[in-house]
Amino acid sequence: MQLAVSTLLSGISAGGQYALIAIGYTLVYGILRLINFAHGDVFMVAGLVVIYMTASMPLYVALPLMVVFIVVLGFCIERAAYKPLRSAPRMSVMISAIGVSFLIQNFATYYTGGLARFYPEIPFLYDSVTIAGATTRWVTIVTPFLVVALVLLLLLLINKTKIGLAMRAAAKDFETCQLMGIKINSVISFTFVIGSALAAIGSILYFTNYPSIMPQSGALPGLRAFVAAVFGGIGSIPGAVVGAFIIGICENIVKVNPTYSIFSDAVTFIILIVVLGVKPTGLFGEKVTDKV
Amino acid sequence: MPAATLEKKSKRGAFLSLAGVAAVLALVIVLENTLDPNRNIIVFTTLKKGAVYALVAVSMNLLNGFTGLFSLGHAGFMLLGGYAYAIFTIPSAQRESVYYMYDGSAINFSFPEFFSNLFGGSGAGGAAGMVLGMLIAIVIAGLVAALVAWLIGLPVLKLKSDYLAIATLGFAEIIRAIFQWEPGGRITNGANALKSFPTFNNFNITDAEGEIVLRLSTSVCFAISALCIFLIVLLINSSYGRAFKAIREDEVAAEAMGINLAKHKRLSFIISSFFAGVGGALFAMYVNQVQAKTFNSAMTYELLLIVVLGGMGSISGSAIAAFLYVACGEWWLRFLDSEAAFKSASDRWAFIIVLAAAAAALTALLLWRRKRQGARKFSELWTACLLGAVVLGYDIYYAASGSMEVPFLRTGFRMVVFSVIIMVVVLFFRRGLMGDKELPARLRELAAFIRRLAAKIRRPSAGGGKPGAAAGKEAGGDE
Repeated sequence: MQLAVSTLLSGISAGGQYALIAIGYTLVYGILRLINFAHGDVFMVAGLVVIYMTASMPLYVALPLMVVFIVVLGFCIERAAYKPLRSAPRMSVMISAIGVSFLIQNFATYYTGGLARFYPEIPFLYDSVTIAGATTRWVTIVTPFLVVALVLLLLLLINKTKIGLAMRAAAKDFETCQLMGIKINSVISFTFVIGSALAAIGSILYFTNYPSIMPQSGALPGLRAFVAAVFGGIGSIPGAVVGAFIIGICENIVKVNPTYSIFSDAVTFIILIVVLGVKPTGLFGEKVTDKV
Repeated sequence: MPAATLEKKSKRGAFLSLAGVAAVLALVIVLENTLDPNRNIIVFTTLKKGAVYALVAVSMNLLNGFTGLFSLGHAGFMLLGGYAYAIFTIPSAQRESVYYMYDGSAINFSFPEFFSNLFGGSGAGGAAGMVLGMLIAIVIAGLVAALVAWLIGLPVLKLKSDYLAIATLGFAEIIRAIFQWEPGGRITNGANALKSFPTFNNFNITDAEGEIVLRLSTSVCFAISALCIFLIVLLINSSYGRAFKAIREDEVAAEAMGINLAKHKRLSFIISSFFAGVGGALFAMYVNQVQAKTFNSAMTYELLLIVVLGGMGSISGSAIAAFLYVACGEWWLRFLDSEAAFKSASDRWAFIIVLAAAAAALTALLLWRRKRQGARKFSELWTACLLGAVVLGYDIYYAASGSMEVPFLRTGFRMVVFSVIIMVVVLFFRRGLMGDKELPARLRELAAFIRRLAAKIRRPSAGGGKPGAAAGKEAGGDE
């Protein structure tokens, strides 16, 4: 019972963190049809920035500043690496994304010296709490609520505001949307801003649980989040969130038995392949109308 | 998608390329036997790794560039090939020590040993048997990868574009997990490396005392890689190859022309995986060990980068890009990794001036590009100056600081510069080195461009020179 509760809790928590990254993937894919391979690395940078900032300023200044920094980073990446290739074949943009990911990882290795850095303990999130006999951190409890709140906020933004309308239009039809006078570049930039901000928040939650950061630390959560986005039907926000929670829980169930823990990623892929075999566009793909 | 290029095939062209490959092989043999292998270790490492990567990149290009199937499972197939080769070639005497964690290996059979004993144990016969066994093991490595590709292809090849990519990536990860799984340790050695198997060094010909008479290790690597690439070229020039290209251009049209889509996609996937498996075996021989964790998705991305940098749908492009990529990453930029100081103040000032000039050139290039895209107003142009301004600012800061250290140089800087170079190529030459053309066609284009340029220099007044020069200079990119 205790084991079940703790597994479920950590699964939900991991799922929530993946969900915040997965939204970034799914938003960008919805509009640009681009797998943004650099997204996981932006997530990693968010962790590193906190580490370097807290060395010289208090946490309550560092965290908001970090989010701003990551938003600017996401914006710059889009402007420098993806915008010049707007009319190029999709493959070129994807390669550009891989190139950016490569660059960020190498730069992080250079800057940190390739050593693992330790994430600061964030006061409230890091504290322990006991639920039904299972000891865990507050971050585990906070994550799902925060995720749901942020997703609701995002859905509100997408469904009720003008920029949200523009995003939905861009996801539906890129060219027509330009003909209608929507400034497509600012819509895309805005998408990257939202994605990066959510990844930055996700990184705070994630690295509280996995406190050491290597330059490659972003690749794995990035990949899992991407799988979650595909699993839920890439382009759909509810799909990404549901997919992320399922993948987070499955991963933690597999990890319970140490003999099979090596398969924790493989299992997520097996589920993905089964789902794609039955429903080639993912759980919520195409069916959901608010594709962004 | 680029239009299908039906290249004119001529006996002369085929003969010339064969002669070229033979010349390269001869050069490698000569290099290997004249240069001191201990002092030039990096040269031979680069050449071997380049040859291996060239083969794998070409096999990936067969799938991604020629058939238009976006697959990211190559590292998985390389892993299968590498492990299959290692498992079937480790000599039985070494098995105990390699599998010490698992009290010996479940499979106690080694092809090189078997054939070596068959042909008389030692001496020339034994050596011939050894080589035969290694070659058979390499082919088996390919076959194992091909078999698994057939199995994976059954469900996966029905998927389209990005879904196919993520599913193949997933299978590569699953394969990796299976090979690291502890209960399979008696075959795969769990998460530990497999080693002690025969490598390229076993191709060196030695005399009775064990002194090396003729070094062949690098050239054998080249020869196997060249043979496999040659087979892929034959395939691409056959009717199957034309069917692949037709599928890449338009699946519906290809099907309407009577091409069996499922069959040809499967064929391309299996053949590509076969050569990836062979490449994996060669990779294992190159690093002297196989360990599942090296064959991760980063490796696939690296290969994809090579394929795209060389040009999707260009065999020679992939091969050349593989060598350039490996040489840049491993060798030419190596000096950036170690700290250094300027010898004199004039050296330092020269560096500062060069950096300032580079900042100016960068700004000019970006501005020119922006202007060509139609930007005229200051509000559209100022962002193009940002990067140059940052570099210039740093330059001034460095000049003022008075430090004699060469800036930036530290472990890891090599890879930063390398990835910046890659980004520049990706952004400014988006069709890669070769586009979808092969080397001879590209050389002809280059010659024509130089002729045009020369004519322009001779008669500078003749008609609007500027747009012509601009179009020529942009030969690598496209509009």
